[in-house]
Amino acid sequence: MDQTLQHLVNGTVLGGTYALLGIGLTLVFGIMRVVNFTHGELYTFGAYMAYALVALLQLDFILSLVLATVLGIGLGAAIELLLLRPMRRADIDSVMLVMIGAALVLQNAEMWAWGGVAKLIPNPFPGEPLVLGPVSVLPLRLFVLAVAAALLLGFWLLLDRTRFGVAMRATFQDPETAALMGVRIGWVNTATFALGSGLAAAAGALLGPVFIVSPTMGDLVGLKAFAIVILGGLGSLPGATIGGFALGYVEEFAGGFVSTEYRDAFGFLLIILVLALRPQGLVPAKERIG
Amino acid sequence: MTSRRTLLLAGLAAPALARPGFAADPIKIGMTQPLTGAVAASGNYVANGAKIATEVLNRAGGVLGRPIELILEDNKSNPREAVASVEKLVLRDKVPVLIGAWSSTFTLAIMPKLVEYKVPMVVETSSASRITTSGNPWVFRIAPTSEMEAVAFAELLGKFDPPVRKIDFLSVNNDFGRGAAEKFTEALRAKGAAIGRTETMTPEATDLAAQITALKQSDGDTVFVTTGVEQLTLALRQAVEQRLGKRIVSTGGSFPDQLLANPLPAGNSSFHILFYAPWFPERAPHPQLAETYTAEWNKKGWEFAGLTEGFRGFDAMLTVVEAIRIAGEPEAEAIREALWQVKIPGVNGDISFVKEGPAGRESGQNRPNVSVVRLSEGKASLL
Repeated sequence: MDQTLQHLVNGTVLGGTYALLGIGLTLVFGIMRVVNFTHGELYTFGAYMAYALVALLQLDFILSLVLATVLGIGLGAAIELLLLRPMRRADIDSVMLVMIGAALVLQNAEMWAWGGVAKLIPNPFPGEPLVLGPVSVLPLRLFVLAVAAALLLGFWLLLDRTRFGVAMRATFQDPETAALMGVRIGWVNTATFALGSGLAAAAGALLGPVFIVSPTMGDLVGLKAFAIVILGGLGSLPGATIGGFALGYVEEFAGGFVSTEYRDAFGFLLIILVLALRPQGLVPAKERIG
Repeated sequence: MTSRRTLLLAGLAAPALARPGFAADPIKIGMTQPLTGAVAASGNYVANGAKIATEVLNRAGGVLGRPIELILEDNKSNPREAVASVEKLVLRDKVPVLIGAWSSTFTLAIMPKLVEYKVPMVVETSSASRITTSGNPWVFRIAPTSEMEAVAFAELLGKFDPPVRKIDFLSVNNDFGRGAAEKFTEALRAKGAAIGRTETMTPEATDLAAQITALKQSDGDTVFVTTGVEQLTLALRQAVEQRLGKRIVSTGGSFPDQLLANPLPAGNSSFHILFYAPWFPERAPHPQLAETYTAEWNKKGWEFAGLTEGFRGFDAMLTVVEAIRIAGEPEAEAIREALWQVKIPGVNGDISFVKEGPAGRESGQNRPNVSVVRLSEGKASLL
């Protein structure tokens, strides 16, 4: 029973982490339909920015996380303006190739700038875990979970309850009509990609102190983020959240009770099962038909 | 042996301006290491050790009257890339001898290419037994096998208080991790220790909570962790988070250097099987050489903790250059023959090769030294 409770806590923390990874990508991949291979690299960028601000410039931890996110938004905006905007009418294959190229350039730039040796980001939270009966968790992990929940809620409100959210959804469902209605679709494209990038950078900045920071830390993250978005349903924030937690719990419980050797395999088995039985994902976004 | 050491120290003492002028082309030595990717920290340290040895040897006049040129290729912590890096070194750079490739998985991937191109390789880190028992006559390993490490560690069991009674494993799921778990099981079972659970992790995994929670269920008192520096650091931090409450011993020479500057909370300590303890160069088998290596490293301003792995590159370069000197020419077959005659002091201890593997196709295996270091609150001490 103690083991089950600890796995439940671990799965919740891991699921929160995955949900955070998923929401940034669901904006770009799910709503914009841009296969964003730079997502993992923007995550890495956020982690390195947090390292630079906290460990090198010794700025306040929370301020550093905010600044790392803002820098991620800036980098995302630059990618959209320089690479995606000129390709707005290009086919999906060409866009994918450009994004793969951008991901490779970003990863190599990170290696060049920071070297291959991993870094630790200091954080102001106690190193001792919080203990509640048989379970324990680091305060830093709870902070990450709380911020992930706040970001999820904030972005759901932004998409669902604001004029910008309506403009965003309209732009990607029917750009011509949206433009005729007065939506500045160029600006909406840039803003959406920049926000998705900012979320990836925020995830990196938040999770960098939990794990370690290295130039290739985004590889597995990029893969998992795509899996979460597809599992949850393209373009759906609740879907990315549920997908993230589902993957977290499956990996944790299967790893703990069946075999840690095949921990990742169980996660992908879940995705295969969901896609076989429910190809639209767990919680697909509502779309206008016709 | 003494003359070789004297030569090295002379190289160290010679001021930069007094370097001998080399008229001839340099002798190229190829090295493949994981400079990026999951185990990049270790690969960079080893590469740095080789760079230092190259500088010291060049200051002492190089070899055969020619300077030594280290050509370094990144195997990106990936066996496919490791093979590609060797192809590049042999076919493009025409190196007559190689050093590599850190992980057993990368080294095993490269080994058929050594036979194909007939180029010898000094293996500086990899510990899987198969490397020297599979019948590849182009392989010369200065690193200990997992079996040697386990047997040497078993002799130190009496130094642990409370004693080691039952052991568990947390191993990276590759040749390195699985091999170490198997050999430590054999060696410690022979000493009367009981064996508990074995949990594995992929080399890229960062969240090890499921594995550590599973290990918590075992009544073992000691967990052996086998993986690279990055994952070892994560395992130690997450063990505190999960209140694992067991003694942790890392194998394979990995040392969580980041925990020197960012120590675990008070009361948490860990043990590390190392092949060079840079905190105590005076206790190395050849203190003067160890101090030379340590001083050169520190002069570069590199991370101190990298010394624990960097010596592998340093010793490998000394070994290769000595073989070229004995061979009298930078030619692959002659260097391979000469490697059998190498007898030099290294930072880890004396380096020479004994034959291992099937008759007629033996590989060379050195008998290195092992020490155990305790890390507690950012401070290291010898067990």
